[in-house]
Amino acid sequence: MLAKIKEFLGIEAKPEELASKEEVEKVAEEKAKPRIGYVHLSGCTGDVMSLSENYDILAELLTNMVEIVYGQTLADVWEMPEMDLVLVEGSVCLQDEHSVKELMEAREKAGLLVAFGSCASTGCFTRYSRGGQQANPNHESFVPVGDLVKVDCALPGCPPSPEIIAKTVVAVINGDMDYLQPMIDLAGYTEAGGSDLQYKVVNQALCIGCGTCAMACQTRALDMTNGRPELNEDRCVKCGICYVQCPRSWWPAEQINKDLGL
Amino acid sequence: MVLGTYKQITLGRSTDKQIQKISQDGGIVTALLTFALDEKIIDGAVVAGPSEEMWKPTPTVALSSDEVMAAAGTKYTISPNNMVLKQAVRQYGLEKVGIVTIPCQTMGIRKMQSYPFGVRFLADKIALDIGICCTENFPFESLKTFISAKAGVDFELVEKMDIGKGKFWVKTQDDLISFPIKETHGYEQNGCKVCLDLVSELSDISTGSIGAPDDWSAVQVRTDKGETVFKQAVDAGAIELKPIDEGKFGLEMLTKLAKSKKEKAMKEIDRRKAMGLPVPYKGSSEKEDPLANV
Repeated sequence: MLAKIKEFLGIEAKPEELASKEEVEKVAEEKAKPRIGYVHLSGCTGDVMSLSENYDILAELLTNMVEIVYGQTLADVWEMPEMDLVLVEGSVCLQDEHSVKELMEAREKAGLLVAFGSCASTGCFTRYSRGGQQANPNHESFVPVGDLVKVDCALPGCPPSPEIIAKTVVAVINGDMDYLQPMIDLAGYTEAGGSDLQYKVVNQALCIGCGTCAMACQTRALDMTNGRPELNEDRCVKCGICYVQCPRSWWPAEQINKDLGL
Repeated sequence: MVLGTYKQITLGRSTDKQIQKISQDGGIVTALLTFALDEKIIDGAVVAGPSEEMWKPTPTVALSSDEVMAAAGTKYTISPNNMVLKQAVRQYGLEKVGIVTIPCQTMGIRKMQSYPFGVRFLADKIALDIGICCTENFPFESLKTFISAKAGVDFELVEKMDIGKGKFWVKTQDDLISFPIKETHGYEQNGCKVCLDLVSELSDISTGSIGAPDDWSAVQVRTDKGETVFKQAVDAGAIELKPIDEGKFGLEMLTKLAKSKKEKAMKEIDRRKAMGLPVPYKGSSEKEDPLANV
């Protein structure tokens, strides 16, 4: 099963692992499946859709590897149970008492809380909200979940790609903390936007005009002019992906060498 | 290891007369891309193609050998090639993309492949990354200054630019003008000053003129993927090889320049860190190998 996920991700499984496939499955059977919850706050459901794009591993994942114990439409329960890990999608609306309560409860009942997607991790598009609209004109203030509770791990992206979700799942199952370290660090990145490229890269004499930010931008808000990113603020959703993918924001050298086999 | 991990280091050049004529040194990049396109190893390539402005490259998705040839030759200014990768996959529908990158661009691609946070179904479509050797890069206005103020040449008349033998060369139809490379100092972009990578250590195959005689290129074959393509190109006769000179003008020179780029960058990294400025790399006291690209 692990080998299958690795194969899907293009990570070559070691021969000895293949040889002991039964063993791996046995361990997987014996090991209690991690109990996962899914909390959906103010987001567009794009993040869970991206998760479900991992067709190849989804069935295995949901049937054999994890147990979904809580989540609207995913589990038929009212009371939130204890969970090993909870994925939170969407930012939290301060005026919506249900959202605030559910988030607080999730923090209490989950071992690990993951801000899943940019709305949960940076606020993303909901940062533009100013209230005064139907269905509830009072719903004005939307903040990343990290503003209210401790976030252990963040997966920004609008949405995060199916691959990063799969890679993270594999890392969690394998206990690969080295791979997860950037996600742990990104838990603190809650105020994001295209202007970070100017403040944190260009202003700091770090930009080299490689164009990775403009490629990564999920809303085509970035262009390159004279070798520097130029932001069209009207298109920016403040997901933070441009800065996250910039090779000059953080540099995972060891992981890259490992992935390339160098 | 100041030249990064590699399986093979050699001199090489294109056997194609037309490529030899239009390309920078040994024409390795052009030879490899045209070969890979013809053999369908890639179905398109991201290159620094021509724009409306002379000598100002624009990232271009080339789908044919002709389009690759049109982008041959070095442009000594920024071409943000990575920016069109998504376009190459989504708009052009490419499944196997080749790309030419300078070291920092290679690093952007590799980071994206290891951590594709917001980049959906793209990481696995990079079929070949050809890295080029890079000491530093210049904003377009810097380049204009070299040509018009230092070489005293009309930009439109320039046929070729080159860096070698300690000089910046500008070739026009009638003249070959040069000025010491030292005079370009202070015109390079600032981000280059903390760069620890001369030879595109993370590319599949890297190449450049340093350590090679005129009209040849030094080539480092790095990944399994790179090795497969390079071997095919050599076996097919698209590229000819000869051993790299171990001495002063060969491997020794390449090693010396790679080391000196790293040493200079480490000094700058430490200086910036001491001022409290952010740098994504470790300071010299934080890592075992002070010259590693980490």
